Amino acid sequence: MTIWDLHCHFARLVPGSPVKSLERLIEIGNRLGIEKFCVYMGSNWEYDPSPENLRNQNDEVLEAIGAFPGQAFGFVYLNPKDVEASLDELNRCVADGPMVGIKLWVAQRCNHRNLDPIVERAVELDVGIFQHTWLKAGGNLPGESTPADLAELADRHPDARLICGHTGGDFELGIRAVKHSPNVHIGIAGSDPTAGFTEMAVRELGADRVIWGSDASGRSFASQLGKVVGAQVDEAAQEKILHTNLRQWLAPALKAKGRDI
Amino acid sequence: MTSPTRRTFLQTGAASLAGAALVGAGTSPSTTAAETSGKDDGKPGGEKGPAPFIDTNVHLGHWPARHLPLGKPADLTAKLREHGVTQAWAGTFEGLLHKDLAAANYRLKKACEVHGAGLLVPVGAINPTLPAWKEDLKRCREDFDFSMIRLYPGYHGYAVEQPLFLETLKQAREVELTVQVVVRLEDVRTQSPLLRAPDLDVTPLPGLLKKVPGIRLQLLNALRTVKNPLLLQRLAAMGVHFEIAMLEGAAGLENLLNGLGIKNVCFGSHAPFFYFESALLKLKESLLTEEQLTFLRDGNARNFFIPPQP
Ligand SMILES: [Zn+2]
Repeated sequence: MTIWDLHCHFARLVPGSPVKSLERLIEIGNRLGIEKFCVYMGSNWEYDPSPENLRNQNDEVLEAIGAFPGQAFGFVYLNPKDVEASLDELNRCVADGPMVGIKLWVAQRCNHRNLDPIVERAVELDVGIFQHTWLKAGGNLPGESTPADLAELADRHPDARLICGHTGGDFELGIRAVKHSPNVHIGIAGSDPTAGFTEMAVRELGADRVIWGSDASGRSFASQLGKVVGAQVDEAAQEKILHTNLRQWLAPALKAKGRDI
Repeated sequence: MTSPTRRTFLQTGAASLAGAALVGAGTSPSTTAAETSGKDDGKPGGEKGPAPFIDTNVHLGHWPARHLPLGKPADLTAKLREHGVTQAWAGTFEGLLHKDLAAANYRLKKACEVHGAGLLVPVGAINPTLPAWKEDLKRCREDFDFSMIRLYPGYHGYAVEQPLFLETLKQAREVELTVQVVVRLEDVRTQSPLLRAPDLDVTPLPGLLKKVPGIRLQLLNALRTVKNPLLLQRLAAMGVHFEIAMLEGAAGLENLLNGLGIKNVCFGSHAPFFYFESALLKLKESLLTEEQLTFLRDGNARNFFIPPQP
């Protein structure tokens, strides 16, 4: 079965070398049959990154994916607190560069109005947005989005293609929160491989809205892959989750770059 | 009415015991492994039977906050067998909230006998904050013939540095029971607000273990939270074992073994709470030698948990 990974970080695997780091990530993923890797963010993570930090992290991604054009897709990392800097980076890395998606993390909750111009530009460019979401029992970070925040954003932008990263971490709540937002896929990476996750996702959202990823290198490819290969869902659903949904989600951006997939 | 005696257990369990006899209900890990594998050199392969493969971390019983797809013992054992597991050490989720642990442990014993067919090795739940807990411990050993117990300090409200913990280890050693200590069962970030259990802080454990030399102790679900390499090395040097259910990181097992060596790490899946395949695939995600695989799949667990000679 073909496997594409929606959610990887690479830059800390071989400190100081984005290319060697990505090479190592790909080598490990290949052991489990993972063929393509969406990668985002560099080595120096900050909750509220400055424009300079954003550029540096995106530069690391550009350098790395340049060495592995057949295996890696880059997403541009933005900070919606700084709309202008974000639009600049979006244009530099996606409109004028090779990246094919957007990554938003924990700088600003995603129901904030600052997101609107970024999402509008994403729709123009026909690229999707991956938004980190969590629902932590002990409380989220100040700028950390919940799945419900993303559902609000999705309502305001029905043409945007959005991914609910981590499905909120607490998948039973996350799935419910985005159930009625048809333009939201869930990303199932980066949480414990709790049994029942994939079964509930397929039952409630349909297999078409579920996309597998690992959140390696912090997470294990294996622990996360177990969520799908161990789930009681049929093979057609597994194929969609592990590969075809992501391929379709990326297709417009890849096509715009003349990349035949 | 006091808690059940040995006799009432034997009476109520007569029917199941008969069933158990048919399937050869060994509750001692080493015996069962040898029986199932048909050999005792700890090496996989050969013609005598399937390569031995021990899962040191499974549970039976209901998880209070979620339906688990493999929650029924028959479904769990089918999954374990499908993947070649020859022995699984099974605790009971009833151990978390039940106060009548003698009854919970007895049901565990019966369930292992009826559904396990030599596969499941029961691991009794002990809660040292309960009155007469030493009686539960004694029963695990004498009445139920268990060779292991499992502690859930996060769910029972005590910490490693409390005298109660040391006392439990001493008592367990006294009756030659191996101890599995659960560091966490669920990510603290996703717990029900009514069922929040903190991760166990094992930092004080090396100091404590000096007071119970010879104790056989394994930490379950430790490797997501216990990451300090010096602490891990210290614990390993004192004979503490680990398992890989909550180990994360790309090629995490390779990295772990580079720092820790191979002798203290066992296979564990945390099924049915976790997808079994998540742990299984870790053996493929890391580049491991045949020797390392043998230790992981079976050798370490078996060497470690051979019951002491009488
Ligand atoms: Zn991530």
